[in-house]
Amino acid sequence: MCLAVPAKVISIEGSTATVDMMGNTTSADISLLENVTIGDYVLVHVGFAIQKYDEAEAKITLDLLQELAHTVDPHEPG
Amino acid sequence: MSLVDFSDPSTAGLLLGRIAAAAHALGTVRIMEVCGTHTMEIGRLGLRSLLPKNVELVSGPGCPVCVTSGAYLDAAATIALSKNFRIVTYGDMVRVPGLRTSLDEAKSNGAAIDVVTSPLQAVEIARRKPNEQVIFLAVGFETTAPASAKAVSIAKQEGIPNLSFFVSHKTVPPALSALVADKELAISGFLLPGHVSAVIGEKPYWPLAQQGLPAVITGFEPLDILSGITMVCDMLVHKRASVLNAYQRIVKREGNPRAVETVFRVFDVADAAWRGIGLIPGSGLALRQEFREYDASIRFGIPPDGGAADMPEACSCGDVLKGRLRPDACPLFGTSCTPEHPVGPCMVSSEGSCAAYFKYGA
Amino acid sequence: MTSATVRMSHGSGKGNKELLETVVFPALIPGGVGTLEDAFIFDIPGRRFAFTTDSFVVSPLEFPGGDIGKLAACGTINDLAMMAAKPILLSVALVLEEGLDLQLLAKMLRSLSAVCSSQGVRIACGDTKVVDKGKADGMFITASGIGIVKVGISLSAANAKPGDAVLVSGGIGLHGITVLSRRANLHFASSAVSDCAPLFGISDALLSAAPFTRTMRDATRGGLAAVLCELAESSKVCIMIREDAVPVPAVVRGACAFLGMDPFHVANEGRFAAIVPPEQAESALAALRAHPQGRDAAIIGTVAGPGKFPVLLKTSIGGTRPLEMPPGDILPRIC
Repeated sequence: MCLAVPAKVISIEGSTATVDMMGNTTSADISLLENVTIGDYVLVHVGFAIQKYDEAEAKITLDLLQELAHTVDPHEPG
Repeated sequence: MSLVDFSDPSTAGLLLGRIAAAAHALGTVRIMEVCGTHTMEIGRLGLRSLLPKNVELVSGPGCPVCVTSGAYLDAAATIALSKNFRIVTYGDMVRVPGLRTSLDEAKSNGAAIDVVTSPLQAVEIARRKPNEQVIFLAVGFETTAPASAKAVSIAKQEGIPNLSFFVSHKTVPPALSALVADKELAISGFLLPGHVSAVIGEKPYWPLAQQGLPAVITGFEPLDILSGITMVCDMLVHKRASVLNAYQRIVKREGNPRAVETVFRVFDVADAAWRGIGLIPGSGLALRQEFREYDASIRFGIPPDGGAADMPEACSCGDVLKGRLRPDACPLFGTSCTPEHPVGPCMVSSEGSCAAYFKYGA
Repeated sequence: MTSATVRMSHGSGKGNKELLETVVFPALIPGGVGTLEDAFIFDIPGRRFAFTTDSFVVSPLEFPGGDIGKLAACGTINDLAMMAAKPILLSVALVLEEGLDLQLLAKMLRSLSAVCSSQGVRIACGDTKVVDKGKADGMFITASGIGIVKVGISLSAANAKPGDAVLVSGGIGLHGITVLSRRANLHFASSAVSDCAPLFGISDALLSAAPFTRTMRDATRGGLAAVLCELAESSKVCIMIREDAVPVPAVVRGACAFLGMDPFHVANEGRFAAIVPPEQAESALAALRAHPQGRDAAIIGTVAGPGKFPVLLKTSIGGTRPLEMPPGDILPRIC
């Protein structure tokens, strides 16, 4: 239920940002977020940016996930 | 800044191996995913064809369109046919069958129905057509409610007299508790909706852990979904029950407090009827007193969305929505009920479990 | 059929199939239609001809990469080309909405004419009608075409055999996304440009390199999914596609993610699928890639014996899912 895509902020005018999704642009109301700047990625749903994308967290998650994938759980029987 | 890729096929393969290893140590595992977008992605990836036999992904009532009452849809379709009325809606609602009719049918009979991708467009339409009564169908979960709240605020601030909102927003955590309470469903754990969580954060799900259920806030890329399943299985093996956040690049612990505040400036918690399930206390949103002039139900005397478990005859969507029945086990599946001729909402909504099963196979 | 009136969903995909099968064909051709091909082939002693017709109802009339005139010429030429016929004649019937700007009309017709001259096609006949304002989206064009079938080649949607290779001539979804981005209610702009193009040159090059090609079909409304499903059903086979092998331009991926659409369901106007015997697959691919319209051509799958589903996709993580015909009208989702 919540089709939303991370889109890159390419310009801001007041509380509206123009965001880009791989060569497609739309406008997103950014008044639900603080300190949005050009170059940020935001999650856009029904015309609103509802959260910021955190690249640092993304990298941490990917590392953890890869660790999860490679680890054989020592507590698992069999 | 750039987006990190979460789709690497070899990591996916390793996670599938981890799931298989964990599943080996478990009996029957029924993981409920409560997000129509998860249902679609799981189908699109052909994920069920890759999971061990004892790990079942059950689709819950995560499609707000499916759980919007038949009476609401009939009312919207009917008022759309009235002269000088215009219904503005998300695309998802257009083909869902109500009890008697659908928006699509009303459209083919001349109703003014506009499909939009944001409630702000409903505001624009109302400004452009001052001689029409413009009604926006405000449906969706917590991901979508902030946008509706903003649109309502604008309507009031600017005093747009011809705009109103027919509200049927619902909230997820109360529904989860209701599902957990139904012991027949035998849910082992949850994949929690990543984008609802982006708004509400982690806290509203903590009662699940208290009820002994592992739950993972999960994103929508292939590795997100696979790691969510892996983490639920690992918790089951270790007999642990926590609410874990595996989507931290988007979901913060506290969610988006400003978005939540925006919702509650405009809406109050209310009881809501979930189609096919029944009344779930405190699971809906209703316009607050000071915004009631923008409530379409009050303005036009449309019965508010309280249509209980109203499914078309012989329809099993209620059981499917609760995860009690697999879509392809419904006697109507694929015969009298297909995406082109849906009997119930699960088949037509693009995220309905039955539609996903039909499209993507079991 | 459960509805008593024409619905938007009758315009393409499954809805269109249903309209044709339950209302149009029984009324028009009570004896039955047989295998549905892109053009009708008939013989006049010594010559084989192809004959086809198509209607064009695009809105907006103009879009990056083309307009309704170009679309009409290419669409009809392509149906002939897909049956290995060199297009020679076109008829053009216009239904014009009262109030349509005459300069715009002329512009559309010049586009149509330009495609025809570049392809050596003569506009042989036509008709013009006007309807009240509101009864036609600007203009509707119906174009019928006649072509001469290449000697020694006999293509049919029913020809695919287990073991055959499935190719696509290039990246999918560009036309659909281009047109959708011009619909104000969807609220997005796109850098996508329509792939609208005449396909006789490239398909003829394919046939020269792979003379035992079984069938070709251009992907229009309904996208690549519709074409693959139709071919699989006509040939009574299962087409197995590797999702990762299908070229999807980034701009199409991005737009589909935003709208909640499947690239396989998005319209094209200058792409085709071809099914060739396995031993000719590499030369077929080389011929496509050598052509300016075919730089992103790819072998995307194989034909297998019939199964539960006409088309199966192997997904990026190794799962399997059926690829369905798209629904009749594709609506944007928020869920």
